Parts: sequence; C-alpha cells; structure tokens
Amino acid sequence: MVDLIAKTPMDGFVPLTLGNVTLSEMAAGPVTSISPFNDTGKDLSAALKTAHGMTVPAANRSTAKASARAIWFGREQFILMGCEADQGLANYAALTDQSDGWTVVTLKGAGAADVLARVTPLDLRSHVFKKGHTARSDLMHMASSITRTGDDTFMIMVFRSMAGTLLHDLQRAMEGLASRG
Amino acid sequence: MRLPCPICGERDIREFYYQGADVALNRPAPDAGDDAWQDYVYLRDNQPGEHRDLWQHESGCGSWIVVSRNTVTHEVSGAKLAKEIKRTKA
Repeated sequence: MVDLIAKTPMDGFVPLTLGNVTLSEMAAGPVTSISPFNDTGKDLSAALKTAHGMTVPAANRSTAKASARAIWFGREQFILMGCEADQGLANYAALTDQSDGWTVVTLKGAGAADVLARVTPLDLRSHVFKKGHTARSDLMHMASSITRTGDDTFMIMVFRSMAGTLLHDLQRAMEGLASRG
Repeated sequence: MRLPCPICGERDIREFYYQGADVALNRPAPDAGDDAWQDYVYLRDNQPGEHRDLWQHESGCGSWIVVSRNTVTHEVSGAKLAKEIKRTKA
C-alpha cells in the first residue's frame, strides 16, 4: 500500500495579516455529519452527551467541549468536528465521514466582522450573532458555514474544492478594509 | 428585501430560491381529471394584494417556506414552514 502524503486544503498557506485581521487555516481534525433518524433527536442528544460531553446544537447554534465542536449545519443535521464520532451514535442518527472534505479557516482580529460583512449578507453584529452562534449562508458565491468562536474570531467552512476561491474572496475583502485605514 | 425564515430568522433575499405561488401544496389527485390538472398547472388568479409564495432557504437551513406578502405594498407579513402547513392539512 502506497503511503500517501496528506495535504490540507490550503496546504502551504502562511497565515495572512492585513490591517488588524489575520486569516489562518485551521486543522479541523475528523469531521462527521450527523442526521438524527427522528424529529426529536432526544436519544441522540443523550448519547452525544455521554460520548462527547456535548448536547445536540439547536438551530443556528454550536456546542463545544475541549477541542471538539458540534455545529448546526441545516435542518435536522449537524457536524461533529475535532474528534472521532462515537460509533454508538449510529443507533440514533446517520453518520457520514466528511473529514478532509471541508476547507476550514479562522478570521481573527478587531475588523474580522467588517471583513466578513463584505462577503456575506449575515447580520454579524455582536449583540445579534453572539459567541457560539452559527449560520449557513452565502460567502460571495459559495455555500458556507460561519461560526463565531470568540469575541473577534470567526470560523468559516466551505467545500474543500473552494479553498482557492475562499482565499481570493477573503483576501480581497481584507485588502479593501485595510486600505481604508 | 429580507425574508423571515421560521428556523433562521430574518435573512437576506440572496439566500433564498423562489418557486412561485404556494399552489404546489394543493396538488390534485392523479385521477382528479383534466380540468383540475389544467387549473393546477396553468391557471393563476394573479390578484393584487395578499399573496403566498413558496421559497426555499437554499443557502441557509434548506427549508421550504411559505411567505405571505402583499404585492401592492411589498410588505412581507410572515412565513411558515411548508412542512408544518402540509402536516396541519393532513
């Protein structure tokens, strides 16, 4: 068996700082999509709590425990990232391994929300989009998942194949904001 | 224009896909006859005023929703999940 060299979607990308905002790639670790078999998902939430110490996130919310994170990803769907999903969860939900399928970056700095405001129609004001809040939305022409992970930090996910486009769009927005001083 | 998604809250129209009148929620039975099907496929009232449309929150949660809006004033007065509307009817 050939030992293949694993590369991240933005392999070789050095964190980029423009103005007061820094863009860096994030090592997502394992990513598993989880869709409960029934509407309530109560059993699943209990199993997730036991196995990973997190509850199933409500719509537009995320939950976290240590370096692992559960992120709402659409109707009756969320993803677990940063840890291998406990296989016992398969009794209550459909699990799909999506590791390496997503480009994950963080945008950090005082102007991070202002950069994002140039590429997404979301209301990112801190009293509306609080820490732990997440949303599926457009990022320019891409489907994306945007989560506020800190006061001035956002985690952004797009399909792996869109890594170059994401970098292009975010870099242009960062340059535009930085040029305004 | 912003639409009130029942799951995600108020969101920009760019995130939505427009389907048309909510007539699709009242599909006739396969054997309902040519008149009923002609009506369903082609005929619309097209009255000014309150209107109900099907939209999909395509780049958000993915839900199909029924949006009530006024074609005269452009006021958007609310939205419900298409799933809930069908469930109530059933």
